Amino acid sequence: MFACIHAPGNLPLAVECARGFSPYIEENPPDTAIFDVRGLESLYGPPESLAREIERRVGVPASIAIASNPDAAMHAALGLRGVTVMAQGREAEVLAPLAVNLLRASPETAELLHLWGIRTFGEFAALPSLGVAARLGEEGVHLQRLAHGDGYRQLRPIIDPLEFEDEMELEHPVELIEPLMFVLGRLLNEVCGRLGARSLATNEIRVRLTLENAPEHTADLRLPVPMLDSKAFLKMLQLELSGTPPVAPVLKVHMRAEPVKPRRTQHGLFLPASPEPEKLELTVARLRHLVGDERVGSPELMDTHRPDTFSMRAFAPHAAQASVCESHVVESSPRLCLRRFRPPRYAQVIVVNHQPVRVVSSSVSGRVVMAKGPWRASGEWWRGDAWNRDEWDVALESGALYRLFQEVDGGRWFVEGSYD
Amino acid sequence: MGAAVVVLRSELQTRFDVPFEVRSRPDRIQLTTGIPAIDRLTSGGIPRGTLTEICGMESTGRTALVFALLGQATRRGECCAWIDAEGSFDPASALEAGVALDRVLWVNCGGNAQHALQATDLLIQAGGFGLVVLDLADTPDIAARRISLASWFRLRHAAERTGAALVAVERQIHARSCSALQIEMRRKKPLWIGKLLRGVLAQAESRKHYKSQLAEFSAVR
Repeated sequence: MFACIHAPGNLPLAVECARGFSPYIEENPPDTAIFDVRGLESLYGPPESLAREIERRVGVPASIAIASNPDAAMHAALGLRGVTVMAQGREAEVLAPLAVNLLRASPETAELLHLWGIRTFGEFAALPSLGVAARLGEEGVHLQRLAHGDGYRQLRPIIDPLEFEDEMELEHPVELIEPLMFVLGRLLNEVCGRLGARSLATNEIRVRLTLENAPEHTADLRLPVPMLDSKAFLKMLQLELSGTPPVAPVLKVHMRAEPVKPRRTQHGLFLPASPEPEKLELTVARLRHLVGDERVGSPELMDTHRPDTFSMRAFAPHAAQASVCESHVVESSPRLCLRRFRPPRYAQVIVVNHQPVRVVSSSVSGRVVMAKGPWRASGEWWRGDAWNRDEWDVALESGALYRLFQEVDGGRWFVEGSYD
Repeated sequence: MGAAVVVLRSELQTRFDVPFEVRSRPDRIQLTTGIPAIDRLTSGGIPRGTLTEICGMESTGRTALVFALLGQATRRGECCAWIDAEGSFDPASALEAGVALDRVLWVNCGGNAQHALQATDLLIQAGGFGLVVLDLADTPDIAARRISLASWFRLRHAAERTGAALVAVERQIHARSCSALQIEMRRKKPLWIGKLLRGVLAQAESRKHYKSQLAEFSAVR
């Protein structure tokens, strides 16, 4: 079943009304909208009730028709005033009195039909099909089927550009973050609602704040997994804006969400539990707010021999989940690990016979009872930040083990860390 | 007298039911360390859903033990967190110890023990982590002692709720009655071979058993 609204001069209104009934809407300029109403019987009852509901919602004078195919519904709405409901098989009977020019034939065909004295759909439908095909060709056959109410084409629905953005101009400039959160919450609810209506989620939200007498302030949220939790977004935006607040009162808020398909995963029965992505993102955002952006994440070693060189990546356990998990216990001998001092602590070292015998630094001091070294480590001499040093493993009289190094160029000593 | 107590208890229970509930101790699942001596000492490994303290001075094998535990957990595909109060975590050492770094969330608190405590609370409450390590090994005792027993109890309670194994690495025992297991590490001797530091022979003592038990293992490079 298809419904058609013919609202002269009010096409946007007709389309907006149609959106309340169906997502599949075809626009026929200048003033007609056709939409799919199959399956609405359980909501609105028989087609007559549905047609009355459409008429009530349009709110302006309009012709409404319901038929089994889009063309019959459109012709009835164009040619008959008020509400028309055509039962399946009775289209030809209802459409018969309509003027034949509603078929929108080519000028040549229209002229021929006029010369033959054909004025209505009924007269055209009554002509022998073979004769029409011989004289008017393929177009004639198509037009005669339309005049008979036999539609066979599919609806050509409007495809809206997928842009999810909203903005709000504020009556008075907002200086504090807290009242701004109410505005952002409202925009987030609207944008997330629209995304949800299309079964979409987002992995990027961009907020632009127009400021009073200051350049625009932006706050971006980039998420490793698509989400649609407006409360979590709001909390993350609050943390982001608390960290880098706008420098002047806010005049206008613009929000844009990047639509992506939602995440659908099938969890294995025997896989260990992992944090929920939404909760994890919020937790990581809170941690970043607490300790700083660069101090939270998964470390990744760099492809270099330079000591203590690594980068911090975003923690994404779900991406790492694909690798094979070992369920059995692997017995292994524990490794002696280094606990680093960042930055390495400057030390004064007394050297006798090329061996360090005493170390004095801000936190590590004592007589050296055993020292092994030196081990020369150097690299990247072709760069400005080359390193070149002699490393020592020492045991102090307390029994603690440390790694010391001496810069070859400057001769300064440092404690790099303790072995544990 | 007995009847009066029952009446009083039933009246109070309508208002304050919590103090009168007898909480049964849940069956503990354990997280194996992969070090046979330590697994024997702890009767199977570090318990999940509670707080374990590993304490000791420098070079006593505390970090080696926790990295072994972390390696076992990440190899099983569990998400783990390392809350590093002083920023002393060395990714290269962790990788050598068999830790899958992409399953470890490292929070470097840059010397702020209070931030480390808050971060641990956030991560434990978020749930989904199999092992959460609070590293206070290099934190000065004065700062570590400022963590109240109520904070430790809150962490333990959150660990019970989410089932995570919470491990605190410290110089001394601080959580006292709030921890279900306490392991004190001691260094027996460093192991030198020629011009190389080979490792350290460590001794672990379980402090929460009726009879104190000892285990020895060597952490080697």
